[in-house]
Amino acid sequence: MPQAFITPTSQYIRYNTKVARSRATSEPLWIRWLLITIALVFLSLFLFVPLAAVFTEGLRKGFATYISAIVEPDALSAIKLTLIAAAIAVPLNLVFGLAAAWAIAKFEFKGKSILITLIDLPFAVSPVIAGLIYVLIFGLQGWFGEWLSNHDLKVVFAIPGIVLATIFVTFPFIARELIPLMQAQGKEEEEAGLVLGASGWQIFWRITIPNIKWGLLYGVILTNARAMGEFGAVSVVSGHIRGLTNTMPLHVEILYNEYNYAAAFAVASLLAFLALITLVLKSYVEWQTAKNALRNEVHKLIIRRESI
Amino acid sequence: MAKRKNVLPGFSLSLGYTLVYLSLIVLIPLAAAFIKTTELSWHEFWAVVTAPRVVASYKLTFGASLIAALINAVFGLLTAWVLVRYSFPGKKIIDALVDLPFALPTAVAGIALTAVYSANGWIGSIIEPLGIKVAFTPLGVIVALTCIGLPFVVRTVQPVLEDLEAETEEAAASLGANRFQSFTKIILPAIWPALLTGFALAFARAIGEYGSVIFIAGNMPMVSEITPLIIITKLEQYDYAGATAVAVVMLGISFALLLLINALQWWTNHRLTASR
Repeated sequence: MPQAFITPTSQYIRYNTKVARSRATSEPLWIRWLLITIALVFLSLFLFVPLAAVFTEGLRKGFATYISAIVEPDALSAIKLTLIAAAIAVPLNLVFGLAAAWAIAKFEFKGKSILITLIDLPFAVSPVIAGLIYVLIFGLQGWFGEWLSNHDLKVVFAIPGIVLATIFVTFPFIARELIPLMQAQGKEEEEAGLVLGASGWQIFWRITIPNIKWGLLYGVILTNARAMGEFGAVSVVSGHIRGLTNTMPLHVEILYNEYNYAAAFAVASLLAFLALITLVLKSYVEWQTAKNALRNEVHKLIIRRESI
Repeated sequence: MAKRKNVLPGFSLSLGYTLVYLSLIVLIPLAAAFIKTTELSWHEFWAVVTAPRVVASYKLTFGASLIAALINAVFGLLTAWVLVRYSFPGKKIIDALVDLPFALPTAVAGIALTAVYSANGWIGSIIEPLGIKVAFTPLGVIVALTCIGLPFVVRTVQPVLEDLEAETEEAAASLGANRFQSFTKIILPAIWPALLTGFALAFARAIGEYGSVIFIAGNMPMVSEITPLIIITKLEQYDYAGATAVAVVMLGISFALLLLINALQWWTNHRLTASR
């Protein structure tokens, strides 16, 4: 999955290179506009037109139908379950991401690159297979199936299974965000804190966290978006029980398969709106990080000049 | 570099927690898939994973993923180029929207593409009279996979294009190269590793994709049925061993791709640091 998306250290620092290009290293005007047009047509065909379709299809039968599709009890319980799954998966993966990044970025040990590859594994696994493996373990015929049913516990076709599948598919996001960031920052500041008598947790909260807060937020935003939108993995473990184990994307599927298009697109438009908010937040975080990077550069320049 | 004693606290706690969490959530469940397949004899396993319907699904999944990744390589490169080199109104918004497939739930992308490309949709109603049927055909699978893989090439090539120094292109121009020559001889070699990485990422993502494809594909056995759907169908028939056998084949291919991508990324970073 998206290495470039997850390690934005290089793209954060997107200085606006508004260098006037000479004619020798630029293209004639008509070629420029031709290329821009091709790119826009490509993006429109695969992104912009489908996005617009979500909202227009949702509103096709009027605003009243739109609202009633969203406040209907099954839709509300799907929204609630989606929020619950994200509220459990995001913090758990956040703690894991911090622990993994601390171990990998601040210490040297054997097998580090193998560990990083293993953390990436869930990106390479099809969401359907992510659901399948939990069915194999917790399903009725699975390893713990008999024990669970004897104790009247349900994991698969119930909320715990949905949460587990969500954790799996969002597993690497925060760790992959923090590892390169903390590696680039080194450990001098933490060591200085230690020399000045700070405890481990004081160092962590007062030095490390403020240093990585934007990267951390970036990871949380991505994890949350994926957690709320996951379909394949959740579909396998949920059992599609209306009002009980349906998340928002699954609810969209059910409505769509019942040819209730207006309602399906109404709920889908909520998810699309969420995706747009995610993109706005993401752009804000990128802008903040670029600003901080620029400020640090200026600081370094000032210090260098003063020391001369 | 001299070996220095690390004085920071928390190594065993953080590494221990990392390993336990990784094992519980990822490694042990994945191992379950491999252990489950041992219930089948080698002969049975082979019969399941080479059944005609399953083989047809591999062909569709890998063929469509390959074509989608190629489309993304060409147009993603073009998009990255336009976003880095040219300025036009609305560029910042378009740049931000490129990431939409990462943030948009795949099921939403699936129903939206189906609505747009079906016979009475906005685009479908234009191209269907021309004899191009997209929705409910293998072509629809390619459209869905192109959509979800779109950001990968753009986002891997973009930073490399931004870092490219103008001097080499100026030197090429002063030596008499035209724009096309300096693109193929100077720029393309520099962005090649990043382009290849983006291509591999888009390809790997497309192979496992499920949500966006099932709505637009029509899911006809032997024609437009993808491998992840085969796994789900087998699961719904309580054929756990069969589902797992097909899953293990996909896992093997995905792991091989992951190793390839890691190697490619190492190559990209290596080239980047070497040129500095």
